[in-house]
Parts: sequence; C-alpha cells; structure tokens
Amino acid sequence: MKLSGWDALAARQPALFALVMLGLSLVINLILQPNMFARETLNSNMRVFLPIILLAVGQAIVILGGGIDISVGAIASIVNTVLATRIGLEGSPEAIWGFVFLSLGIGLLAGAINGFFIAYLRLQPIITTYATSFLYAGLALFILPNPGGGIPASMAALYRNSTPFNLPLAFFVILIILLIWLYLSSTRYGKFLYAVGGKAEAAYETAVPVTRVQFSTYVISGLMAAFSGIALTMLSGSGNADIGGPMTLNSITAVVIGGNALSGGVGGVTGPVMGAITLGIIQNIISFADIDTWWETFVKAAIIVMALAAPGIVNLFRRRRT
Amino acid sequence: MKRISIPPPVAALLLAVILFLLSGLLPNGFGSNLDVARAQALNILRLAAFLGVIAAGQTLVIISGSEGIDLSAGSVVTLTAILTYILVNGADERVLLALLVTLLAGALIGFINGVGITFLKISPFVMTLGMAGVVSGAIIVITHGNVVGKVAPIMTRLIARPLSPNLQIPNAILIWILFGILMWLLLERTTFGRNLFAIGVNRVTARLSGVDVTRMNLATYALAGALAGFGGFLLVGNTGVVHLQLGQPFLFPSIAAVAVGGTLLSGGKGSYWGTMAGVIVLTLITSLLTTMQMPESVRRIVLGATLLILISIYGRQRSLRQ
Repeated sequence: MKLSGWDALAARQPALFALVMLGLSLVINLILQPNMFARETLNSNMRVFLPIILLAVGQAIVILGGGIDISVGAIASIVNTVLATRIGLEGSPEAIWGFVFLSLGIGLLAGAINGFFIAYLRLQPIITTYATSFLYAGLALFILPNPGGGIPASMAALYRNSTPFNLPLAFFVILIILLIWLYLSSTRYGKFLYAVGGKAEAAYETAVPVTRVQFSTYVISGLMAAFSGIALTMLSGSGNADIGGPMTLNSITAVVIGGNALSGGVGGVTGPVMGAITLGIIQNIISFADIDTWWETFVKAAIIVMALAAPGIVNLFRRRRT
Repeated sequence: MKRISIPPPVAALLLAVILFLLSGLLPNGFGSNLDVARAQALNILRLAAFLGVIAAGQTLVIISGSEGIDLSAGSVVTLTAILTYILVNGADERVLLALLVTLLAGALIGFINGVGITFLKISPFVMTLGMAGVVSGAIIVITHGNVVGKVAPIMTRLIARPLSPNLQIPNAILIWILFGILMWLLLERTTFGRNLFAIGVNRVTARLSGVDVTRMNLATYALAGALAGFGGFLLVGNTGVVHLQLGQPFLFPSIAAVAVGGTLLSGGKGSYWGTMAGVIVLTLITSLLTTMQMPESVRRIVLGATLLILISIYGRQRSLRQ
C-alpha cells in the first residue's frame, strides 16, 4: 500500500502532531507569560512537569508493547509515602540514598507483579493494573493515612533549585531518557517491542520472546513510576497517599497526544515526552487565563478528554475526505 | 477425571453465605441470636441494593465487550444524587421531575461516553475515566462546594422504610428484586439483550448478521449512564444527605461485583443474577471490614486483591500457543 502526503508523513513521524501541539501551546503560553524562558520561570515550570514526563515515558513503553498501566500513579504514591515517612527531616545522606534505592526497588517489584499477572498469567492489562492500582493505593494509604511527613530541606532544594549550565535539571533528565531510548530502539529489544505491540501472535510465531518482552515493559513502567514518585516527593517536600492517582490519566493522555496508538506498536518515547510537556503548559495556560476557580477542575478535565479525542477527530475527518 | 464445575453465580452466592456466617463469629457479630442475624442480613441486603443498581449498568457495558467498562459511574451517582437533592428540596410533588432529570442526565453522560468510544475510537476505560473527571468538575460548578436541598418525605418512605410495619423488609430490597427481574427480562427476553451478547462475543460477526453495532454501543452506554443515575436517586433517598464523594466508593466494587458474578470481563457472557450475587459478596466484605474496624487503606487493599484473584480465576486470555 502506498501512502501519500499527510498519511505518509503521519506514519513516518508519529510525533509530528505532538510537535505542532507543543509549539502551539508554547506560543500561547509565551503571550500570557512573556518571561517564561527566563531561567527561574523555566526551572519552576520544568520541575513541575518532570514527574508526569517520567510517568508518560513508562506508560509509552507499556502502550508500545500493546498493554496499558493504570497503576503508575499508585506506584508513585507508594514511593512518595515511603520517602516522606522513612527518611525524616534530618535524614543523613546515607539514609537518603538508601531509601531512594529502596524506592526504585519498590517500583521494579510493583511493575514485576503487574507483568507477572499480565504476561505470564495472561490477564487483561487494563483490569489487572486497575486492580493492582487499588492495591497499591491502599498500601500507600496504609503507610501514610493522613498527608504529612517530610524530607530533608537539602534534598528538596537539590531538585528544586539545581540549574547546571543555567538550564533546568529536568532538561538533563529528559536528555538522558531520550538518549537511552535512542539506543534502546535500535537494539533487538526495541524491534521486539514494536513487534509485540503490533501483533503479539505474529511476533510469537517469528520466535520473538513475547512473554518476556511484555513482562519487561511493566517492569520499566514501574521503575519510571518510582522515579516519578521520587521527583514528586522532592518537588512537594512532603507525603500524600493520593498524590499519584490523578496522574495516571494524564500519563495516558500524554502518550496519546504524543502520537502513539493506544492499540500498541506505533510511536515512540519522544512524542509522549512532548505530549507531557504540552499537558503541563496547557495547565499553565489555564491558570493564567483567569478562569473562575469553580470552573477550573471542569475545564482541566474537559481539555484532557478533548486531547484524548483529538487523534480520533483527525482520523474521522481524514476518512471522510478519502 | 471429570471436573465438577459450579456456575459462578452459584459459587458467588455460596461465598456470600459463608462470609455471612463468618461475620456472625466475630466478637461483635450476631453469634447465635437469630433475630439479630436476620436484622443484619436485611441490613446487608438493603445496602447491597444501591450497589446492585449501580452495578447493573456496569454489567451491560462489560457484556458489550471490546474492553467495555464505565468508570464514570461513581461520579454520575454523585451528580444525580446532588441533582435530586437540589431539585426535590423537600417537596413530594417534585420527586418525579427529579427522577426524570436524573435518568436523562445519566443517559446524556453515558451517550457522550458512547460517542467518544464508538466514533472517536477512544478506549472505554480511558474515555469514561476522563468523563469521570469532567462530571466531577461539573459537580463543583453546580454546587460551588456546598449543596442546599432536602430529600422529600415520600422518598424516604418509599426507599428506606418497609412497605408496612408488619413486613420488616425495607422497600429498597423490594425495588432491587423488581429491578433484577426487569434486568433479567432485558437481557434474556428482548432483542436488545440478544444483540448485546452478540456484539460482546464478536462485533464483526454481529454486524454481518445484521446487528447495528454502532447504535447498540451508543444505547448500551446511555442506558448504563441512566442506570447509574437511577442508583444516585435511590442512594440519596436512602441516606437523606449528600456529599461530593458520595458515589466514588461504589465504583470499584461495582466492577468487582460484575467479575465475582461470573460475567466475563472480555464480554459476551454474563448475567445480572451473577452480578446480584457478586454485589452481596462485596457488600459483605466491605461491612465485614467495617465491623472489624479496618481503616480505608485495608479496605482498598482487600478489594484490589479480591478483583486480582477473581480475574486470575475467570479472566485468563487464550494462550499464545493456541
């Protein structure tokens, strides 16, 4: 089948849509906030966006592999409550590192549990991770029943105020992620990932280790959720068992804006990263647009739904035209 | 050796009886006092009635297949409960109007879900989760954080009290039984029911055999919304008060109840009888945890684990080798 014009472009560059959205939202934000590229403003924006970017990267990998992970927010919540209750306000650097590594372990374990049920027991991804999201959210609430706790001020400051080379810390994190992805997608594992997400049965017949690849995506997603939880904790400086829950839908939305197909096998990680930044900027714009406080939740939710609908609307019009 | 298979609804009912007897053995359980036992059983059934009505819509969308699910049910319940509360405002003559508005509001939200899922190809889970956010936002817009209203005396009389003083069964239970019969008729004795199972098994074959899949899908989600709306109406009639989180705790149990009742989460197979049994099981679990004075966190963990175990039993997908 030969694709022409827009279709060929969209197939080769799935992130193009994300890039356009990002550019558009950047321009609007710049009009409302002329100093947004000043070092301080840029840093204060990017440090807020980073947790959702990290979640979106993990979510993107799972969705590429043909699954979905509803539990990412809850995993981030567990990490947040563990860090906020265990390190203590006067924690030593050893304690900090110890619990940060423990958090990563928690993320890997939570992801492995998801992966075990989905890849090895062959359960449906959505309903399985929905069940585990309840389980994990319950665990977070068990660790910290009421919002509170805290981390050493130096730890929070490291995240909030670091601007190496006059650039926000988040830039470097994103750069590292994109470089890893660039390498990963060129390896055999990267090819397997697309094959499994495209059509698992066909991949299985061509000797792709489908089960192991599916399992690995949830482990990666759990790890990214743990990183997100660490970033969230350093950003907020305290703990809240419900902090991650609402972020799950945002992570999925970021992936959809990023041009990845929810059915799997199409897209990458660059698009979702841009999608997550776009979402953050849209939230920014809403807070600048001077909307009545009572309407804010509604407007934010409506924009999420519209963003989710956007690829579908585009498809609808393209089908009409041809 | 021939495997003995118990139909899931029967298994769920057995589980309910066992759980109920176990609850009697608790330190503050009913022990050997039959009157208390009967009162407690009636109380459980009365509480189950509301979850039962809410889970009815969930049963329909899950049977319809293609990962059908309605995560907006909780918010719709809250919205319609609040609408009823405001509209009725203590006057008996406005109850019917409130019921009508409630059903329409629910159906409209469900219809929008259906449009997003059918035409814009958004996955049901993501679409309804996004809609849940929009409805929550709308609730804030409508109420501005505080609700002024009152339920009418006739609602309390018809829902919360028994029909006559001699008959000690609260009307909610009778309403639920009647509702159950109607649901059975809908699923087993109408074209709608037949087509619903047909699209749940396989949408392509259903379309080829003359089922209007698009219309069925829209109707199913609209009906599910209306049923959630009816659940909100009943709920506020029973409690007499509303708050902004009234419906949310019903969402997860409504999905778990459908799974307990043996309805396949992949669609095409199930029954409302099963869901009714599942609803009783889940209400028992919740009330057991409340009697044991377990915190919210443990409740979530137990519910999440319950669903995970159930889908491990019922929800296995085909193995890749087949």
